[in-house]
Amino acid sequence: MSPSARLQLETASHPEALKRIVIEPLTRVEGHGKVTLLMDEDDHVRQARLHIVEFRGFEKFIQGRPYWEVPVLVQRLCGICPVSHHLAAAKAVDMLVGARQLTPTADKLRRLLHYGQILQSHALHFFHLSSPDLLFGFDADVATRNIIGVIAAHPDLAVQGVKLRKYGQEVIRVLSGKRIHGVFAIPGGVNKAFSREDREYLAKDIDQVVAWSRGAVEIARSLYVGKLETSESFGAFRSNFLSLTTPKGDFELYDGALRARDDKGQTIFDQVDCAHYLRYLHEEVKSWSYMKFPFIVSLGNDEGWYRVGPLARINNAERMPTPLAEEARKVFMAMGKGEPVHATLAYHWARMIELLYAAEAIQGLLSDADIFGTDLMVKGEPALEGIGVIEAPRGTLFHHYKVDETGAIVKANLIVSTTNNNTAMNTAVREVAAQYLDGKKLTEGLLNHIEVAIRAYDPCLSCATHALGKMPLQVELIDADGQVVDRLVKGADGELSGEAV
Amino acid sequence: MSQTFFLDGQEIPFEEGQTVLQAAMAAGRYIPHLCYRPQLEPHSSCRICTVIISGKPFSSCTQPAMKEQQVECDTAELNALRRAVIQMMFVEGNHYCPSCEESGSCRLQASAYYLGMQDSHFPHQFPLRQRDSSHPDVNMDRDRCIRCETCVRASRDLDGKNVFGILGRGLNSKISVNSPSGLLEGSDVAATDMAVALCPTGCLTVKGVGFKVPIGLRIFDQAPIDVVELLEFTKQEAVHG
Repeated sequence: MSPSARLQLETASHPEALKRIVIEPLTRVEGHGKVTLLMDEDDHVRQARLHIVEFRGFEKFIQGRPYWEVPVLVQRLCGICPVSHHLAAAKAVDMLVGARQLTPTADKLRRLLHYGQILQSHALHFFHLSSPDLLFGFDADVATRNIIGVIAAHPDLAVQGVKLRKYGQEVIRVLSGKRIHGVFAIPGGVNKAFSREDREYLAKDIDQVVAWSRGAVEIARSLYVGKLETSESFGAFRSNFLSLTTPKGDFELYDGALRARDDKGQTIFDQVDCAHYLRYLHEEVKSWSYMKFPFIVSLGNDEGWYRVGPLARINNAERMPTPLAEEARKVFMAMGKGEPVHATLAYHWARMIELLYAAEAIQGLLSDADIFGTDLMVKGEPALEGIGVIEAPRGTLFHHYKVDETGAIVKANLIVSTTNNNTAMNTAVREVAAQYLDGKKLTEGLLNHIEVAIRAYDPCLSCATHALGKMPLQVELIDADGQVVDRLVKGADGELSGEAV
Repeated sequence: MSQTFFLDGQEIPFEEGQTVLQAAMAAGRYIPHLCYRPQLEPHSSCRICTVIISGKPFSSCTQPAMKEQQVECDTAELNALRRAVIQMMFVEGNHYCPSCEESGSCRLQASAYYLGMQDSHFPHQFPLRQRDSSHPDVNMDRDRCIRCETCVRASRDLDGKNVFGILGRGLNSKISVNSPSGLLEGSDVAATDMAVALCPTGCLTVKGVGFKVPIGLRIFDQAPIDVVELLEFTKQEAVHG
């Protein structure tokens, strides 16, 4: 794979002589980040970077804490996908207590929890955060380009989105006791059996949820193919892909082994035991971001970056385990004409296929007698090191812990899903900046193009922040002499105003 | 025939030797408290159970009930003071309820809810306290200690072991362990000790069992602390008279 020429936009040779444009904070994403663009006097983009400006420190401050506390503690990383951190950490501490194989009941109930989370997170992202861009246009009136505008213009669609998310949240609540930050997975299993009343409660709506999810796939598909040229070119680039798969190479969200493929779909590595991830993946640190840049060791840090998340998982899978999702996958993969699909905007379509898979998987589990079992826990020979890897809504998530003989954490390494997409998001920003911003006068709609590209990856820059386009934003155009020549200000009320300079 | 006193105007019967708190609880009136446990001799260290008698503050867990006493207990002023004491306990330690395995079964947390605590109010002290996970079965997280000495008394009076004591004074006081190294390893403590079971917070816990009780079935998920404490008091009365 040859890197795009636009990758050269990471670092300008003489940044001191360039105009600086800052988009801060990014809106309709989880957490806080900013984009800086450096442009020359002819308004050509010379440098574009997505900066993650937060520092969390979880890996440090959990040191000394007892291992059984970790699945509950680290889920506080996020308010949108806490279940992912809860389960990844639980899988790691399973290894610490020697639980190599959970009971069928515990395994299936954890999966049920996870699918509930995939459902709610994907519904939230597509309907609440991204649909305003996709339905109204990237530069549509900001007053309507939000979830309130979607409710007004497409009330049935908005209600479906809300109810899909609600259903996923209810799955989580029933199992873990709370919609956000509940407790279910404990070292070696789960802490609660599933009752028949719980099953009846969830089963009564699941057929409708599957039907709506199927509709969501069709909406995402038609939005994509309806503007095919834009969909395929907007922020598009080729990359490697990383995900978990089953031993047969099928789609897998909770367990499995690592698979990496290149931009043509050729195998880089396959069926790698997650416990050996450090042999295959390293992280590079760059001075301008708190987020590291992971890469595939064998390809090096320039060529070895990759994408994770829905697009990677669908591209990497031989097959979806559920019939409707498999049908949808085939339609999707046809767009790649024998190669992986690379378009940034294809993430939305892939995400909805996963939404459908999650709904079908929940439907299947609710008809599985194993979920009513009462054998919830296993233990074995304790170990001092545990690694848990899971496919979170946003991509492959790694939790790695070492403990001392007393059970206290002495070392932790977390590679969160969004981190894996760091280079990809930066590349998308550069592509869009070069495609749409070159030589243009700044407008809110134009700058939103940058955010649309980032949003496609559904980044969780730290924890949940739902500003819904109302976060204060100030963008300045500064000339080579450091003088502000143009400024746009968005207030906390969402009002956009230009300030005379 | 028992004598009576008045608690916020309500006539409360009592037996000779009962404290105000014991008589009130026996009559079904909850007085907030943390260091008092019906299995142990009253200690009067947490001051949450403070009431006003004849214009003066007294710890109701140690103040003998007296005939015709007028006791003020459930007043806005006293509850505000109790809430402030609870807030001070939170800021003097390092209490992270979201990740604490005792959350939902913690008496400090439940008391805070009962007294309507909405925030910490006082600046957090963030003390540096030594954790002790040296014992194979028992974990001691001093970040969560409120120095109520329940473990000291329970180990001495119920377990007959004298594992715990208090070292230092005031803000610098801390729970000490009776072992050659000063660590739980090498002490006589066991996971089945009442000292561990009665710890009102997550300071003393049994290792490896955290979070096994699902949300919804934890002690204070099922009833607020006044209901739970009154029930426990009644059970202890039935056992010990």
